[in-house]
Amino acid sequence: MKLLIKNGTIVNPKAGKSFVGSILVENGKITKIAKGDLTADGAETVNAAGMIVTPGLIDLHVHFRDPGFEEKEDILTGLEAAAAGGFTAVCTMPNTSPACDNIGTIEYQTKKAAKQGNGVRLYPIAAASKGLKGETMAPIGELKEGGAIAISDDGKPITDSSLLQRVMQYASSFGLMYVSHSEDTYLSKGGQMNESYFSTLYGMQGIPAVGEALSVARECLMAQYLGLPVHICHVSTKMSLDLIAYFKAQGVKVTAETAPHYLSLTDEAVGSYDTNTKVNPPLRSEEDRQALIAAVKSGLIDAIATDHAPHHERDKNVEFNTAPSGMVGLETAVPLVYKLVHDKQITIERFVELFTAGYGIFGLEGGVLTEGGRADITLIDPEYQWTIDKNMFRSKSRNTPFHGFHVKGAVFRTIAGGKTVFTRAY
Amino acid sequence: MKRKGLNITKVIMNAEEMERTINRMVHEIIERVGPKKNVAIVGIRTRGVPIAERILKKIQELEKVKVASGTIDIALYRDDFFKGLASPEVGPSNLNFNVDGANIVLIDDVIYTGRTVRAAIDAVMDYGRPASIMYAALVDRGHRELPIQPDFVGKAVQTGDNEAVAVYLKEIDDEDKVVVGEK
Amino acid sequence: MKHLLGIENLNRDQIMHILETAVSFEEINQRQIKKVPTLKGLSVINFFAEPSTRTRMSFEVAEKRLSADSYNIAVSGSAITKGETLSDTALNLQAMAPDCLIIRHAVSGTPHMLAQIMDCSIINAGDGFHEHPTQALLDAYTIQKKKGRLDGLKVALMGDIAHSRVARSNIHLLTKTGSHVTVAGPATMIPKDIKKLGVEVTYDPKEAVKDADIVMMLRIQEERESGLMYPDRREYAKFFCLDEKLLSYAKPDATVMHPGPANRGVEIDDNIMDGDRSVILEQVANGVAVRMAVLYLLLGGSNS
Repeated sequence: MKLLIKNGTIVNPKAGKSFVGSILVENGKITKIAKGDLTADGAETVNAAGMIVTPGLIDLHVHFRDPGFEEKEDILTGLEAAAAGGFTAVCTMPNTSPACDNIGTIEYQTKKAAKQGNGVRLYPIAAASKGLKGETMAPIGELKEGGAIAISDDGKPITDSSLLQRVMQYASSFGLMYVSHSEDTYLSKGGQMNESYFSTLYGMQGIPAVGEALSVARECLMAQYLGLPVHICHVSTKMSLDLIAYFKAQGVKVTAETAPHYLSLTDEAVGSYDTNTKVNPPLRSEEDRQALIAAVKSGLIDAIATDHAPHHERDKNVEFNTAPSGMVGLETAVPLVYKLVHDKQITIERFVELFTAGYGIFGLEGGVLTEGGRADITLIDPEYQWTIDKNMFRSKSRNTPFHGFHVKGAVFRTIAGGKTVFTRAY
Repeated sequence: MKRKGLNITKVIMNAEEMERTINRMVHEIIERVGPKKNVAIVGIRTRGVPIAERILKKIQELEKVKVASGTIDIALYRDDFFKGLASPEVGPSNLNFNVDGANIVLIDDVIYTGRTVRAAIDAVMDYGRPASIMYAALVDRGHRELPIQPDFVGKAVQTGDNEAVAVYLKEIDDEDKVVVGEK
Repeated sequence: MKHLLGIENLNRDQIMHILETAVSFEEINQRQIKKVPTLKGLSVINFFAEPSTRTRMSFEVAEKRLSADSYNIAVSGSAITKGETLSDTALNLQAMAPDCLIIRHAVSGTPHMLAQIMDCSIINAGDGFHEHPTQALLDAYTIQKKKGRLDGLKVALMGDIAHSRVARSNIHLLTKTGSHVTVAGPATMIPKDIKKLGVEVTYDPKEAVKDADIVMMLRIQEERESGLMYPDRREYAKFFCLDEKLLSYAKPDATVMHPGPANRGVEIDDNIMDGDRSVILEQVANGVAVRMAVLYLLLGGSNS
């Protein structure tokens, strides 16, 4: 089976400058990348004129709820949603039920994705502690054998600093990195939204920015002390960014991600009392949002991750304080972040870096288009204008605050391992 | 607001005629309630109130007695509250006399369907049990929807459904007159 | 206006219109027969998902004096305790075609959520620590009666501002009508950036009370999920209780208010609470008239 992608702007920053050219895919591999035109007999031809052709994107932070909460999402629908969002690989967080803290669960996830999935790669991030309880270490070595690419107690930070130290050290002996959900749970207890003028106005218990920063500082100090890398999830505040900048300057191997919603919305949006605006960490202030955009631009933030957190409508259709945190993100990430390209905040090359950095952070194959390499390719139509409609999502869940948003830029086609896993019908 | 969009077709009472009419009504009222004690003159808001004040003043001058008085607001007693009309401004009612055993004369500007005075009677009843209630209207324009007739009428006029009667009073409108117009 | 969800979204004219309308209803409350037929045949549900004596009774009295049919739901007797979601409960209530729902709920924004689900008018009787609009209106009515105006007054608002819906609604109202509000309490009780609401902040109660026309005390809250905001009641009383000495800094004719229920001897001294400058019981009396006015204006035809 052959596929020829023609006339697109190939944005492949790891390999060099962008150019208009063609890519030939044969048997799941890229066999030829060329400037200008290519011809191939019997190939399905995709005219990518006006499109951006990029390495398949990776989302390094998703929740697929399988096993345990399949009514919110399962591995198969999650992979479909990923494909629709332009992602050819995803890293799943371990807060399933049972948690991904044992070989049975991790093998269930990887096998289901490989055998029944659409071809989008699934990389599990396994639990750091048993049952995500923050008490004793999970069998990290065995989880690595089962396919874990990193460890995290995402959603539940490890409060016991001694356990944090042991987890980071022990995981390092198996070549795994600790991925930190940074939150001081004493400071966030009872909190519903960012602590700010708006929490005062809306009468909500606030979650102070300092809570995230305290935890970021601790993780970075621990990484520095141990000489180990650490990855900080969903950075949402300027205070955290300042700390990360400091530790990066010190030579600490810290990487950081942020999510599209922190670049798009602020705490003011919570005033609708729409529970889809409830997320952890919470939507922050405009000052934080601007600092994050600057950090995305400068490279202080390494990667965009969606923190795709599906919840059933029933779970969200409750009083604000009762609603679970989280929003789906896979199918809205590209247009939301592409706005920064349209706004001339970042270049298209930087955009691609942000969406492919996950491969490098976790040492995975991908993130670059090379002859002989896996044919994971995403085609983006940068000018296409459309309105986000939650009812069109491939995800099982609809919990987005972006329903009805008018956006410019869309994923046109997603190719995973040479197979087209998504095409947008205009 | 009966004044808005009213296309006046004729004046049926000028200032002089209004004064004469009110004077006649005063005499009728005195004749009727004369022997009774405990009389109170109560104006129905809004335009019943100045008419009641004029009647009260004249009765007190002629009879040389102090007569009780008050005002009643029927907004809270209307039966068209939920008919999609704008809810009327509520004004205070003011009955500073003992309603129990009083002989009350309700005063209004125009009697039309009878619903206003029905509401006013209900309102008065909530303050106590009067010995009697009488009713005086400056103009009776017909078209009753309830079995209610005024005891004292200034002037009766024939009107059509598409017509409206508007009473102008010096105290509110800077002139005294009654007009008929098309809605 | 269909709903009354908060003071924040009202303008000064709307506030004054409600207060003016309340005057007529106050008269009814002084009659022998304290009832008018205005809302005859209308159904009003009082849904109190949080304990309340004063506000619930006040609404019920207001409804009955307007001849509405009142129905009360307490959470312990509702399907909520059987695991039904609030939105399902709301839809079931909706199916019984009420004309108005009065809602008190511990979670901010719940009345707004119900206003989206239900067709009837929604009156917020207190949501979380967001707003308590009828309390602010009755407070304003009381101030207006006492001082003859709502502008140019110096108001001291003291206590747990952070967790008080009464504080927020009163701040919105009094700043809209042109009074000067100073909030005071220990720093743990002053929420972030409250100055942006147009108030002054001090941690010194004397400074807040100085030359005040109105001294409004708030109830000290019990321990919350996030912890106690003060060491203990004794210590709080020592520094923040409104007693003779503290009140002596206010104008001689200052009016003392408290939304109740009060902790005697903690935030307000018995002498002050029972003293002649206190209008705490007048607030309660005025509450009925103000709530009658709100019901009248919301449920009456197509009033704007």
